Amino acid sequence: MVSYLAKPAPPNQDKRWKLVDATIRRQGAQPRGLIETLHTVQEAFGFLDEQALRYVAMSLRVPLSRAFGVATFYHFFTLKPAGEHTCVICMGTACYIKGAPQLLDAVRKDLGIAPGETTPDKKVSLLTARCLGSCGLAPAVVYDQEVAGKVSTNAVREHLKKWTVA
Amino acid sequence: MTPEELDQIAEEERSEQGKYTQRVNVCIAAGCLSCQSQSVKDALDQEVVRRGTKDHCQVKGVGCMGLCSEGPLVSTSAGVLYKKVEAEDSPALLDSLAGEPVSRLVCPTDVPFFQRQKKIVLENSGLIDPERIEDYIAANGYSALIKALTEMSQREVIDEVTRSGLRGRGGAGYPTGLKWSTVSKAVGAQKYVICNADEGDPGAFMDRSVLESDPHRVLEGMLIAGYAVGASEAYIYVRAEYPLAIKRLRNAIRQAERVGLLGSNICGTRFSFRVDLRLGAGAFVCGEETALIASVEGKRGTPRPRPPYPAMEGLFGKPTLINNVETYANIAPIIRNGGEWYAQVGTEKSKGTKVFALAGRVENTGLVEVPMGISLREMVFEIGGGIPEGRKFKAVQTGGPSGGCLPTDCLDMPVDYESLARAGSIMGSGGMIVMDESSCMVDVAKYFMDFCMTESCGKCIPCRVGTYQMHRILTAIANMTATEQDLKMLEELCDLLKHTSLCGLGQSAPNPVVSTLRSFAEEYRAHIQEHKCPAGVCGQPAGEPL
Repeated sequence: MVSYLAKPAPPNQDKRWKLVDATIRRQGAQPRGLIETLHTVQEAFGFLDEQALRYVAMSLRVPLSRAFGVATFYHFFTLKPAGEHTCVICMGTACYIKGAPQLLDAVRKDLGIAPGETTPDKKVSLLTARCLGSCGLAPAVVYDQEVAGKVSTNAVREHLKKWTVA
Repeated sequence: MTPEELDQIAEEERSEQGKYTQRVNVCIAAGCLSCQSQSVKDALDQEVVRRGTKDHCQVKGVGCMGLCSEGPLVSTSAGVLYKKVEAEDSPALLDSLAGEPVSRLVCPTDVPFFQRQKKIVLENSGLIDPERIEDYIAANGYSALIKALTEMSQREVIDEVTRSGLRGRGGAGYPTGLKWSTVSKAVGAQKYVICNADEGDPGAFMDRSVLESDPHRVLEGMLIAGYAVGASEAYIYVRAEYPLAIKRLRNAIRQAERVGLLGSNICGTRFSFRVDLRLGAGAFVCGEETALIASVEGKRGTPRPRPPYPAMEGLFGKPTLINNVETYANIAPIIRNGGEWYAQVGTEKSKGTKVFALAGRVENTGLVEVPMGISLREMVFEIGGGIPEGRKFKAVQTGGPSGGCLPTDCLDMPVDYESLARAGSIMGSGGMIVMDESSCMVDVAKYFMDFCMTESCGKCIPCRVGTYQMHRILTAIANMTATEQDLKMLEELCDLLKHTSLCGLGQSAPNPVVSTLRSFAEEYRAHIQEHKCPAGVCGQPAGEPL
């Protein structure tokens, strides 16, 4: 019984598990802290793999199925590592009617990947967003956390070229 | 923290600010930040230091000034607003403080966009530094909380809110006073307050802007709500997609704890209150209150049938008050100035002001706060400045995926909860997207149905399967392969979803289809019978954005 209740040890020596452990402690190792903890894992590691999900589930004493259920229910969580760069195209209403579909088409054609995928050389991940809240600047694109407004097809192509060539 | 201490902080801050004879305010809300306003602020800071005028010229980062399309915006103590400022302009801007304005950058403020607004929620936006509690306190911040705690009973606070006629700003428009009263009457030692900051509607950014420009105002509203209903713990459920809002909220909570406005025995009373953040993870359905509660509890965000309502059984089974960011942001001025004062603004059934995010095909896009009851025509053509490039107005979309498209003949309708509902749309959280003749209404309906289909949580069948089938038919119409039979089926599905879905997402998912079918039936007919798209959107290869 003791071994079941004791907190499991992190999967490996990676220092980043310390951050995850801190969140688990702050949530009192309660099931209610599941989403918060997954946020921390994703922030630290970039994505959620099976090992991380198992560790979090065990630490918070929730079934692995529930951890997996939550990780796949919410769009923000990703189970795959992202590429070196990410390009997020906003598909909010304002962006949509101001030409976001055209931007997306151009990028898909240039990179040869669909939204949610990463180029084979792991350079660029293409994502779409529901709405960035930058509707005043539609259409908006996020290049590696940096929001750019009033983007044209050429601008997005140019930007991606810098990433793929370098 | 006692009332005297609060006054002292306000006094010190005012005298500190009084030392400066010149002021430059730079917008550091998300809209302007993505136009590099941080580099403008840095350049101004450096320039002030270089000139040695640091003692009497203050450069301050402030919240949203509204006209996001013209950012970065800078306002000066000379009373001039500048638009599209770049870092290189900083010497010229500082010169202008004691001389002539820099005419090439001036943004005229005597236009309807600024003149027609009435600011209650956004009264501090663009004036105070969102990252400093002292600045908020100097602008009368937290005085409403002190007033409520020291001079008013819980009943009186609720009565004041009821008198104001404030209705929920999240979209449904439930009377706030009534909701508070229900939670306060609910039996239970532990109650919770939740702030819904999961602004999922595409095309809406009011809550984000309020959180980024004036986070303490939301905290103050929540504190007053907590006092009124007898809650001691609160959560703010905020979208993970808003990192800046999260950062400023965290900072605001820390500051409020430091000065003793959050924590145990606030102002020496028995009232204790703690606020914690919960990050959403990108699920639109979590805007629905029971789904939001499930998500705060760390579960998948699926709604459950009501009743019991959260006011009776909410978070962890305890009575819970859930309001939207903008609702809480309205509370402090109501307590400060009285419910009657607030009720003077607006229409008979919709009181006060509403913040709208104006976007799409209008000249001026950005954030506006207007009295309820203003007409759509004023919104689009006066405040919004009309449609660019001489195109023709077609529709304005309100309420996001749960709302509808309002055509030209609705333009003279007043904007309030009842009128919008009668016209087949909803107030929603306040996104207002203007469309011109280049938008195809079938395509727009398909876009929203795609949204609802993807965001359906899958718990109830009418929504999960119905949105898929409706999307399939709308795609067929857009591809010009649909028949009259399909159209009939689409109408039947609208009815089915509306009446049999579990939560608001499914019940309102048909709204964009119903409203476009009603006002733009000829466009549907053109797609089905004549196999053409009048706006030239459907079936066209994608080209350059218009």
